[in-house]
Amino acid sequence: MTDFPLPAAAETVRRVREDPNRLGHRDPHAREEIEGAGHGTTGPAHRRIIVGYGFWIFLLSDIVMFSCFFAAFAVQRSATAGGPGIGELVDMHRVGWETGALLLSSYTCGLSFAATNVRSKLWTQVFLLVTGLLGLIFVGLELFEFIDLAGRGIVPQRSGFLTSFFGLVGLHGLHVTLAGMWLLTMMAQVQVKGFRPEIVHRLICFNLFWHALDIVWIGIFTIVYLMGATG
Amino acid sequence: MSGLEYDPKNVTGALDRREDHAPGDEPVEDAGHVILNSNLGLGFSVILTVAAFVLANSQLIYGPAIPVALLVLAIAQMGVHLVFFLHITTGPDNTNNVLALAYGIMVVGLIVVGSIWIMSHMGANMMPMNQLIEMQR
Repeated sequence: MTDFPLPAAAETVRRVREDPNRLGHRDPHAREEIEGAGHGTTGPAHRRIIVGYGFWIFLLSDIVMFSCFFAAFAVQRSATAGGPGIGELVDMHRVGWETGALLLSSYTCGLSFAATNVRSKLWTQVFLLVTGLLGLIFVGLELFEFIDLAGRGIVPQRSGFLTSFFGLVGLHGLHVTLAGMWLLTMMAQVQVKGFRPEIVHRLICFNLFWHALDIVWIGIFTIVYLMGATG
Repeated sequence: MSGLEYDPKNVTGALDRREDHAPGDEPVEDAGHVILNSNLGLGFSVILTVAAFVLANSQLIYGPAIPVALLVLAIAQMGVHLVFFLHITTGPDNTNNVLALAYGIMVVGLIVVGSIWIMSHMGANMMPMNQLIEMQR
């Protein structure tokens, strides 16, 4: 701005431009803040940022719960009580397919959110459906694995190791199953209610949940299956 | 006149947009960066996953080092997922998310490392099972 006095109206406009929310304590030389980032200078944070943060706190608490199951597995790994060890449980082929299905479902879930951003109902539904089908393939493979193991007498009550194994892998499978039901609910809501703000917020939360499940699966296929197969 | 370095119409336009910013307002998001992020995330994840599966089944590297290599690949892939799928960034709108993540990692580390540490010590200090049975007679 210039040294000589501006007309009063122009001065007002300048002041309002520098301090849009009349907070009165904004440094005029400060770097331009990102609007709605929640730092005060440009007003309260956007609703989607607050919703995402709250759900992120829930996800972290969920991951802390998984870490307890991981810790139990690590402690019980050699407590086989003369029963089968981890090396006899791993079917590398099946784990590969499970991992592929879940990773691809994470990808299609991200694409469904891109479609949500441009408010395309058709593509949101298509990608959510593909995500759900891939999740179904994952849960199905895991179910066949458990049935196969049970047929060979490998059941949770056989040893401490097997309890922790079925507990950890089963808890993740349960999460994916519940997320699949949430996915169907979201598809129905998108279809009936359209992209209302609260529906979009729920889609954000669902996306975060689905990706977090994939992160937990990375831990499981590495620590339980791959490290189990290598001894 | 030359001292007024603003276009009144422009300023009013910016004002109108700012004035309208209230709780509940949403910025308009596009799809482009989400698709790009998803593509990058899938690409990196496929590379890291395939690397992990290949390493686990081969003698490419020194045998006892394989578990460490697998853990490194897993942590790298978790980082890829956090950045490209969960969109955890260092941006100003993400400060709280990053702080919560740091705290979460600390708790997870305490639980896992602490459990392994304590239980291995208890296992090492426990009386061998045959002596224990001996004592109960």
